[in-house]
Amino acid sequence: MTLLFTNARLIDPEAGTDSIGAVLVQNGRIAAVEKNDTNPDQLFRTRNIGAEDVTLVDCGGKCLAPGIVDIGVKVCEPGERHKESYKSAGLAAAAGGVTTMITRPDTTPAIDSPETLEFVTRRAQADAPVNVLAMAALTKGREGREMTEIGFLMDAGAVAFTDCDHVVADTKVFSRALTYARSCGALVIAHPQEPGLSKGAAATAGKFAALRGLPSVTPMAERMGLDRDIALLEMTGAKYHADQITTARALPALERAKANGLDITAGTSIHHLTLNELDVADYRTFFKVKPPLRSEEDRLAVIEAVREGLIDVISSMHTPQDEESKRLPFEEAAAGAVAMETLLPAALRLYHNDQLDLPTLFRAMSLNPAKRLGLACGRLAEGAPADLVLFDPDSPFVMDRFALKSKSQNTPFDGQRMQGRVLETYVAGEPVYRRN
Amino acid sequence: MPNAPTSIDPMSFNQRHLLGIEPLRPHEITAILDLADSYVDLNRRAEKHAEALHGLTQINMFFENSTRTQASFELAGKRLGADVMNMAMQASSIKKGETLIDTAMTLNAMHPDLLVVRHPHSGAVDLLAQKVNCAVLNAGDGRHEHPTQALLDALTIRRAKGRLHRLNIAICGDVAHSRVARSNLILLGKMENRIRLIGPPTLVPSQFAEFGAEIYDDMREGLKDVDVVMMLRLQKERMDGGFIPSEREYYHRYGLDADKLALAKPDAIVMHPGPMNRGVEIDGTIADDINRSVIQEQVEMGVAVRMAAMDLLARNLRASRQADQHGAA
Repeated sequence: MTLLFTNARLIDPEAGTDSIGAVLVQNGRIAAVEKNDTNPDQLFRTRNIGAEDVTLVDCGGKCLAPGIVDIGVKVCEPGERHKESYKSAGLAAAAGGVTTMITRPDTTPAIDSPETLEFVTRRAQADAPVNVLAMAALTKGREGREMTEIGFLMDAGAVAFTDCDHVVADTKVFSRALTYARSCGALVIAHPQEPGLSKGAAATAGKFAALRGLPSVTPMAERMGLDRDIALLEMTGAKYHADQITTARALPALERAKANGLDITAGTSIHHLTLNELDVADYRTFFKVKPPLRSEEDRLAVIEAVREGLIDVISSMHTPQDEESKRLPFEEAAAGAVAMETLLPAALRLYHNDQLDLPTLFRAMSLNPAKRLGLACGRLAEGAPADLVLFDPDSPFVMDRFALKSKSQNTPFDGQRMQGRVLETYVAGEPVYRRN
Repeated sequence: MPNAPTSIDPMSFNQRHLLGIEPLRPHEITAILDLADSYVDLNRRAEKHAEALHGLTQINMFFENSTRTQASFELAGKRLGADVMNMAMQASSIKKGETLIDTAMTLNAMHPDLLVVRHPHSGAVDLLAQKVNCAVLNAGDGRHEHPTQALLDALTIRRAKGRLHRLNIAICGDVAHSRVARSNLILLGKMENRIRLIGPPTLVPSQFAEFGAEIYDDMREGLKDVDVVMMLRLQKERMDGGFIPSEREYYHRYGLDADKLALAKPDAIVMHPGPMNRGVEIDGTIADDINRSVIQEQVEMGVAVRMAAMDLLARNLRASRQADQHGAA
């Protein structure tokens, strides 16, 4: 099938441009990108394409960007399919403009063997309309004691290794796992946090946590965790990605590590970019995430770090939780929020506030995550897979959590005014979502 | 039979629940204390009954051990003519895996009018209050708030000092884990007092300075010229080297003895929410010194303040139900 997107506002994160143009898609790949030139006939003539073979998509001046590559999506198979299945997660991803989900291994049981990895890969292929790539656990059962079969798991398709929000507290175990992973060329994704300090915490230390009487963790715990990991990277030379950097204090350490040439990248979550600790208000458990929401100063510092490119990746950290695990006193309630469908509208808040432009947003949501994982997608360039999202950045709406496609509806944005919606999503040139 | 005073303007206390001191405005605090004053008189008579809560059902739900607070609430309810029921929640459904919301739904079906709740987690009482149709009183949630304790402390101070503003008040001990400290800090701050927090930095985190309190880790310095010394109870589980090195070192540096108390104003009063650890945070002779210690008065004020709080909430509850009936008709 040949598709031509015309009259599109092209968001090219690689070139850093935002301009009107056209994109030609053939055989699931981007065949041509024409900026500032929307005359289709010329495109066809140079390529020997008959106009009658082409499906025209008039974008009406709306934005066309490379589809989002979301590192760290939790799909609750195996173990808790009632919270999220590959089918529901896939539909949510498509509706959110996420064309590649990079799934987390913190399931029950954990994805820590080639057999469980094969199971989820099969489930994903059968049920999800978008690309699904799996991460595997770094240690068996995510218990931080013995490393997993990193080589076999890579053969089975694991794109990265992570114990998710479990910190491998035993430094010897972690340094060996990093050393071994380096020899396999595997990417290790860690959660930088000092686990002794953060144990039992439900909020960030400060006036708000003190007022609400919530057990809290100092933001310094994130820097301490990152400092340790950076020292281990110097020792081992491993390929490392910090899943979420959420505090201002951790940024200088990250900057130095990058300047010193370590193979390190960092992500942050959309919630830490768009919400702060005060949003918890009267113990609203939908705002309980891990690490906890931070101060406004931290939030602004992290936005700035994304703008500069110091923080490479924005993730949804999609974490479905059912009503029962959220309708509890704040300390007892489960952490996490569903976010694939709200990722783009939430990110567009930063655009509408003039904090980040669209190419910068898509650099962090599409280009950088793809590059870090060695994927060909995430770009608006000839030869790249035609994973595309067409969206209207201005369309206003009020978020209704019951309209979400996820099986779980634990979003902190429920009832909030948002601006910007996905219109259409394409994976390998095939439409997987179209807004009614 | 003496009747409850009715001179309080119902508009002066405009709350559906008593979940904390934070939502209260200064005049609402004064309204509770004024009414409580009259209940102190009632409680000192031989005939102690009033009818303010006649016909209403009060349920005390304690998810955490309590003898004193529960007894105080029970007595307060009974003196005002409520039907009082105690539920020891630790022993029952929680063990069977019932959630707090389920418990609330079950209770709703019993049509209580006043629900008194203590829970080990901050915010749990707020959560419960969102799900039930009656007035909820927070009898302590985690390390968040314990409003009736702060109100009874305020009443005790007001009666002893003749005022509740422009006093120098020291709160000493485990502020970090204390809901009593939080509620007192908020209440006394709202009434425009100067508050000092005294304790080792492991138990008095620096962020409390943002509440407008002065922080001292030297008790002698902190007690200089204060009008009120509030001691906090030190929980046993904090003493084992985790937060402080030992009981005896704590007593040496932060225990209230005659020596340290001499630095406060000569007429300074000594308070403690109880139960006391004699010889850990407070010297036994000071606790018993009738010229300095108001610890017994605090217990007495506790009953009166709880009567006042339940009375005011019941008035608002009846008023809103009447409004609903008129609305329906």
